[in-house]
Amino acid sequence: MFEHTIGKRSEKVKNRVERGAVKKFAEAIGDLHPIYTDEENYSRNIAPPTFPRVFDYGNIEELNLPNKGLIHGEQNYHYERPLFVEEEILCYAEVEDYYERSGKSGNMGFLKVKRYGEDPEGKLIFSEEQVVIITEAVRKGMTV
Amino acid sequence: MTGLKGLQVGESLEAITLPPVSRLDLIKYAGASGDYNPIHTIDEEAEKAGLPGIIAHGMWTMGNLAKLFTPYFEEGFIQDYSIRFKGMVFLNDVITLHAVLDEQGEEELSFSVRAANQDGRDVIKGNVVFCKRFITAAT
Repeated sequence: MFEHTIGKRSEKVKNRVERGAVKKFAEAIGDLHPIYTDEENYSRNIAPPTFPRVFDYGNIEELNLPNKGLIHGEQNYHYERPLFVEEEILCYAEVEDYYERSGKSGNMGFLKVKRYGEDPEGKLIFSEEQVVIITEAVRKGMTV
Repeated sequence: MTGLKGLQVGESLEAITLPPVSRLDLIKYAGASGDYNPIHTIDEEAEKAGLPGIIAHGMWTMGNLAKLFTPYFEEGFIQDYSIRFKGMVFLNDVITLHAVLDEQGEEELSFSVRAANQDGRDVIKGNVVFCKRFITAAT
């Protein structure tokens, strides 16, 4: 039911790696290393590798996911270099694939969304791939 | 701290055991990440979704697991971090983080990583490729 969204992508959205947001995120995962926050002793502060969770990637047209009942199956990050605190990043998302398979709890949908972060010159900094599993019960409850 | 240099294939980074998962941990993660799915913070919503209670965000566990590598971020950075979510994490679970060196290249170190609960069951599992190339670029 999401086959038609394959290849669709969002418009690029400008994000900033906000210093306060990095600190709050590092605290929330109990990762209190000064490399994220200490400006005195590090020439550059970086963000934790799973920080891109907080960015706005824009909306992919026609991809209307329910906000409940989704199962996060897989998550993969690739970095060309770490994210620097206070840098600007252009983010966008694309539907990479969608397929269905029958399993224990009925027909399961697998949605692969890939997200990208680029520097202002358009050079890739990171990409992430997320596999979301959509159960039959959830899909039946959706109005499309 | 010895750094990653002396580490041999088959050896582990020092494991970390987290304090029992608390509701406040998950409320903080919801706020910091912007993931407000209520099955992670509100009992009634978790029960409505057919769960015995609230469960941790998978990304909370994944975020925690990466901190095994934070002490080495002056030697390099995490180039690839791949995770499969295997099991749910409930309140008061005690999660232990593990990383074992699988392969050692000139620039890249490959690790198997996992987080297991108090019963020894893996809740997330995957791989980290740590890249040492960054040292020169960083300074």
